Amino acid sequence: MNEKNNSLLIYTLIYFAFLYVPVLFLPLFSFNDADYMSFPLAGFTTEHYEEMWSKRNLHKALWASIKVGVVASVVSTVIALFAAKAFARYKFRGQKVSYGAIMMPFLIPEIILAVALLIIWINLGFKLGLVPVTIGHILFCTPFAMLILIARIEGFDFSLEEASRDLGESAWGTFYRVSFPLYLPGIVAALLLSFIISFDEFILAFFLTGSDATLPMYMWGQMRFVQKLPHVLALGAVILVFTTFIVLLAFWLRNLGQGKAKKDIGINL
Amino acid sequence: MLQSWRKLYAKSENTQAYSLLSPALILVAVAMLVPMMLMLSFSFFTQVSMMEIDFSFTFQRYIDFFQKNLLVTLLIKSVKISFLVTLITLITAYPVCYYIAFYVKKNKMLWLVLLTLPFWTSYLLRVFSWKIILGTKGVINSSLINAGLLSEPLTFLMYSETAVVITLTHAWAAFALLPLYVSLEKIDFSLIEAGRDLGLSRFEVFWKITFPLSLPGVIGAILIIFIPTVGDYVTPALLGGTDGRMLSNMIQAYFGKANNIPLGAASATIMLTTVAIITIIVSNVTKRLTQRLS
Amino acid sequence: MNNSFIQINNISKHFADVKAVDDVSFEIKEGEFFSLLGPSGCGKTTLLRLLAGFEYPTTGNLFIDGVDITELSPDKRPTNMVFQNYAIFPHLNVEKNIQFGLRKLGLSNDEINNRVKDVLTLVKLEGYEERFSNQLSGGQRQRVALARALVRQPKVLLLDEPLGALDKKLRDEMQLELRTLQKNIGITFVFVTHDQQEAISMSDRVAVMNNGKIQQLSAPNELYKNPENIFVSDFIGETNFLKVMTKSSEGEFINASIEGLGEFKIKNNLNIAENSSDVVCSVRPESMMISKVKSDWDICLEAKIRQTSYLGEMTRFYVEAKGIDKVITVSSQHFDNQSFADNECFISISLEDISILNKK
Repeated sequence: MNEKNNSLLIYTLIYFAFLYVPVLFLPLFSFNDADYMSFPLAGFTTEHYEEMWSKRNLHKALWASIKVGVVASVVSTVIALFAAKAFARYKFRGQKVSYGAIMMPFLIPEIILAVALLIIWINLGFKLGLVPVTIGHILFCTPFAMLILIARIEGFDFSLEEASRDLGESAWGTFYRVSFPLYLPGIVAALLLSFIISFDEFILAFFLTGSDATLPMYMWGQMRFVQKLPHVLALGAVILVFTTFIVLLAFWLRNLGQGKAKKDIGINL
Repeated sequence: MLQSWRKLYAKSENTQAYSLLSPALILVAVAMLVPMMLMLSFSFFTQVSMMEIDFSFTFQRYIDFFQKNLLVTLLIKSVKISFLVTLITLITAYPVCYYIAFYVKKNKMLWLVLLTLPFWTSYLLRVFSWKIILGTKGVINSSLINAGLLSEPLTFLMYSETAVVITLTHAWAAFALLPLYVSLEKIDFSLIEAGRDLGLSRFEVFWKITFPLSLPGVIGAILIIFIPTVGDYVTPALLGGTDGRMLSNMIQAYFGKANNIPLGAASATIMLTTVAIITIIVSNVTKRLTQRLS
Repeated sequence: MNNSFIQINNISKHFADVKAVDDVSFEIKEGEFFSLLGPSGCGKTTLLRLLAGFEYPTTGNLFIDGVDITELSPDKRPTNMVFQNYAIFPHLNVEKNIQFGLRKLGLSNDEINNRVKDVLTLVKLEGYEERFSNQLSGGQRQRVALARALVRQPKVLLLDEPLGALDKKLRDEMQLELRTLQKNIGITFVFVTHDQQEAISMSDRVAVMNNGKIQQLSAPNELYKNPENIFVSDFIGETNFLKVMTKSSEGEFINASIEGLGEFKIKNNLNIAENSSDVVCSVRPESMMISKVKSDWDICLEAKIRQTSYLGEMTRFYVEAKGIDKVITVSSQHFDNQSFADNECFISISLEDISILNKK
């Protein structure tokens, strides 16, 4: 169909607006000098941003989120790398069942993961805090990381690894000298996206953090008070910009050196 | 010894695959399956007091669940809301994917990245943005009042089922867009041309060729949206009010203020079972549908 | 020269219930250009991968130069491989690709540089050191793959359809070059191909494989002239199969009644059983003569031309002869196009060009 389809184009653009406009209200009103979100805008201010410097609880929550995010993304990417390699490289019995099992945390309602982890954690006699949150995030990020890595590894020419073994390299040498450099863009993309998922995750954190709030928990706490909304707006806007930057970076990396980039946006079920 | 171990190892693709998979499988077993089994067993216990649980086996929590009209209503409402969200998301996203798959020639990837970008931003923030828009002191109401068009805020916008449905449709868009796009993109365009060549109208080509071929994406989108939204918590909590409350909010309450862990576990189990049953029905129906169409 | 340089002893490889290689035994001589030939799925690539160490046999043993390599991992074997798709490391340039396998050999820097230089000269790639895989043509990639394997000075070079991706002209050139290269350096080559012409033109000996088994192992001309079974006869070159019944045998010969031709005494190289109908008779299209007038050959049949196709170097005739309910293919280089205007012709066959083969 080489013709154009203007009505579909217009619809698509409206859909884009539906996706973006709500999100863009956050940065817009964060500079507004009023407690109410209304048009016309009252005036420009950066006061809500300056406020962030002085909030100690915010800094604590930010640090907590970074810690959880780094650990969760590194661990889940490593686990996912092995799993992705298995699915992309081998045909084996029970392949579909294993795939389904690993994808499960991605599919079932998060609240159920959260509740189940909460019960076991309390009954083992541990204190709620960042550790169970991290475990939950590893569980939740692994399927994401695996999808990204499978897409990267699927097109991979495994005869390169055979060639390396054939040329005298050990299994580890092959990983270090051939596979790792070639998987690297995918690995970094998986790391970045897992980090973002963990950084933004709310429900698991809500059930499992106890008193050590992560950043989304901190925001949740602030949202209840109308007078603190502008402050949440500013924080949200910063997170929005940060996330967008990381995600774009990840997308760019993921498609790096990949001629056929079609497959890798596939979420396979 | 080492040699023959290595040989055995290398001999079997199964062994190699499973040794690579073991960390992921152990993770799922330890952090998901075991906790879920424990959750299941807790649903057969009784909360005696604040800190005390009676561990004798009983079905009473399930009976409680179905005797409490509120819980059953909330379950039905959760399913209904999810169903609506899934349907609306699919219908609204399908033309967009269709456009990108068949009409966009250059930089398809860029379009897709732009479509999915909002998804990666914080879920909480996206829900919060809708609060800004729909709230009693939000964009719509306060702008209309400031302009003198309203004297009282429109209450149906906020704290309602409508608010929840709109917000969830926005939040889960990416999960419809990706599978739909992938399945549409895979369609060999010459099939569509062949259909036209054989005298089918545009409409017939769509129903007899394009749509059936995109069904895998449709099924994928249905499952990937429906299942998690049944258990959504944030949106109803922030925007639902009493009208838009869903089962998750009660589950949360049982683990929090209401402090009835066994009943909470039973509710979660019932939710999971409902989701599983609906998933099985959906995949069977669509499987049959696919066979009939093709 | 070592006649059993590579020993393949009762090797089988099963994938689930598929017997990719089914109890195969043979030997390859030192310095030989040896080809494994067969249709896709015949087991030739599996056999090569077993030699390289990418697969381990279900049963059997492999020896190279007297050493049991059956259980050695690929990096411990004295073999190197040229991959079908060349498998040039995309993140390394030509020089780094070639050096890749030298790191573990414990050579001095000077030696490494010398070897790389020499092998680049050998494969005629001087000046390409800095290029990356995507800046090379198919033929150049093939040379890099070759150089990368040869630089390690393996005892055996394994080649997995290395010419398959090249176009016809380049392929012919590379065939000649590979053959010369192999003679010059004297390393044993094991070459996998599905292209019979390639195997026949390059190899010292060829093993024809089908269904995981060796169908025939012999010098190329033998394969063509004396195929041992119906598969080889059909796979190598082209042939006409005719129905046949064997009668009594007389020493080296056997009496056979051939459909439409009559009864003849045919040389019995393959110990065909007497009074059997489980046999078939094969006549090559180019061993027959097509003419306007009757000839004095052993057999001369009256025939009608049904179709002609001009192939450039020769012309192929599809003819019908009395008593044979099958179209016979005859190829000829010398004929006068005009003379067959009425499609009437004679085809002549010499008895020594008829071979009788077992159906199984």
